[in-house]
Amino acid sequence: MSRKVKELLESHGTPQKEIYFDLENSGFIPDEVVEAMMPYFNKKGFGHPSITHRIGWESLEIVYETKELIAKTLGIRNPENIVFTHSGTEANNLAILGFLLKNRDKGKGKKVVVSAIEHLSVIFPARFASELFGFKVVLVPVDREGFVDPEMLKYYIDKDTILVSIQTVNHEIGTIQKIKDLIDIVKSANPNAVFHTDAADAYSWIPIDVEKLNIDMLTISGHKVHGPRGVGALYVKEGVELESPLKGQLSVEKLWPGVENVPLIAGFKKAVEIMFSNFNYRVNYVKNLRDKLMKGILDRVPEVLVNGPVGGMRVDNNANMSFLRVEGEALTVELSLHGIYVSSGSACSSRVLEPSHVLLAIGRKHEEAHGSILFKLSHYHREEDIDYTLDVIPKAVERLRKISAWR
Amino acid sequence: MSTRIPLPYSPKVLEIFRNPKNLGPLEDATIVESAGSPACGDMIRLYLKIVNIDGQDIVERATFESYGCAANIAAASILTEMIKGKRVEDAWRISWKMLSDELGGLPPIKYHCSILAVGALKRGVRAYYKKIGKHPEWLPKDLTIEEKQVFEEEEMMERYYKSMKALGEVR
Ligand SMILES: Cc1ncc(COP(=O)(O)O)c(C=O)c1O
Ligand code: FES
Repeated sequence: MSRKVKELLESHGTPQKEIYFDLENSGFIPDEVVEAMMPYFNKKGFGHPSITHRIGWESLEIVYETKELIAKTLGIRNPENIVFTHSGTEANNLAILGFLLKNRDKGKGKKVVVSAIEHLSVIFPARFASELFGFKVVLVPVDREGFVDPEMLKYYIDKDTILVSIQTVNHEIGTIQKIKDLIDIVKSANPNAVFHTDAADAYSWIPIDVEKLNIDMLTISGHKVHGPRGVGALYVKEGVELESPLKGQLSVEKLWPGVENVPLIAGFKKAVEIMFSNFNYRVNYVKNLRDKLMKGILDRVPEVLVNGPVGGMRVDNNANMSFLRVEGEALTVELSLHGIYVSSGSACSSRVLEPSHVLLAIGRKHEEAHGSILFKLSHYHREEDIDYTLDVIPKAVERLRKISAWR
Repeated sequence: MSTRIPLPYSPKVLEIFRNPKNLGPLEDATIVESAGSPACGDMIRLYLKIVNIDGQDIVERATFESYGCAANIAAASILTEMIKGKRVEDAWRISWKMLSDELGGLPPIKYHCSILAVGALKRGVRAYYKKIGKHPEWLPKDLTIEEKQVFEEEEMMERYYKSMKALGEVR
């Protein structure tokens, strides 16, 4: 197994210049975050946070500190309403599956409403619960830019709707939903419906006030804020009852058994500190780079489509564009050979040979989705990174278009 | 993103992807044949120059264009190399598996990239004999596995677009 990959890497070689834009799928952890985690592996707080000894209490301290910090950044009054999980995927599963498990007796006749562009860690648990317990899952369509229309959402919410999940920001095309309007519509149509939002891609990019917005459940993920992979969190409002789909020995979390991964939680905390220490300046800095990248590509490369909205309703770190007549997976490999690391929503890069469901949901044809490339930027990018990228992309696209059978 | 899968390409795929051979249209091609479509996400066009030397049909040259993944581009490139100078009958006998092995073994999810290339070749061979009005004994009437697969992929997309059009989901 590993021999093949080793040979592949040797054949690839390490490009002289490397720029990592695949922050959607995972990313590097800044030194300060690594340093914040290190002591918790072997110097302090390496114990179980629910055991009565000094090292255990050190663990507990950082777990609580992290919850307090996250609570503060999200306008959550009671930090105890935050549950740590071992990923964003798990947080979404806890929210969706956990809520539907708790309400499984109601199964038949009850409705779950999610948007068509949710992360698969929302859509799949909803479908799974529907198979198990008979809930009806309804996917709300979005418009060509990925927006759920509040007026339309009204028609999807009725007295049988028990759960609604619509993400704050889309992870692929950057659409910032009019989340306040959506919640207001849901709550006025059915005050008993619970509203979950996957904010993994919104957190640290747009301000969110959970209690003002009247959000019932909210998901975030460590590696989406330059923290470590393998740690996530779910906010659960008081009064919203869940049954954990995971069973085992409890520790700090009632809803997520297993020992909390304390070093990663410490890293999560540091990452959040960094992201919120200079929020407006950082977001604006990234926005300028992103705008330069998108404009530069549109100026230099013909036959390019922007996926998702342009302007203020697009999250500032996201650029997603379709290069027509080239296949996206081939383009990711070509760019990789030049040290530019991105991902594609092409069928050729998926397990099921289907293009991204998000791109199809906004009405992209298959051949438009196949040429899609997703860039995610952060304050660790520099202007010269963008210059280099703008230098490489036209050549890379040109080479593949020359090969292309699609004329 | 959509669901992901690890794709450890062989160094050979990467190498050929970097420097594909026999690229682009062939001016004096006897046969031009394609398989797949942009909507399927992959499409190959093969240009074959077939000559008859002493009563033998020979592939004198082959070139390609590919709209597909890295494996697809590598498969098309290596196939054009493999059939160059071969008797058409021998070119016909190349299977998708032989091509995949030649590429250092493709991951299973990428088998169809090899199938597509071989499918285009087999279509091309049939088209050639149709054009010259001959039917050699070795050429089976029934479609080969590669031709069937390519056909299915193309049909599936056509059906998909028909149903989406009916739903008003596609412009
Ligand atoms: C919107 C969204 N939700 C959930 C997740 C899952 O988070 P994790 O990777 O921590 O499982 C992601 C990760 O890509 C995401 O983009
Ligand atoms: S051409 Fe689509 S996977 Fe190879």
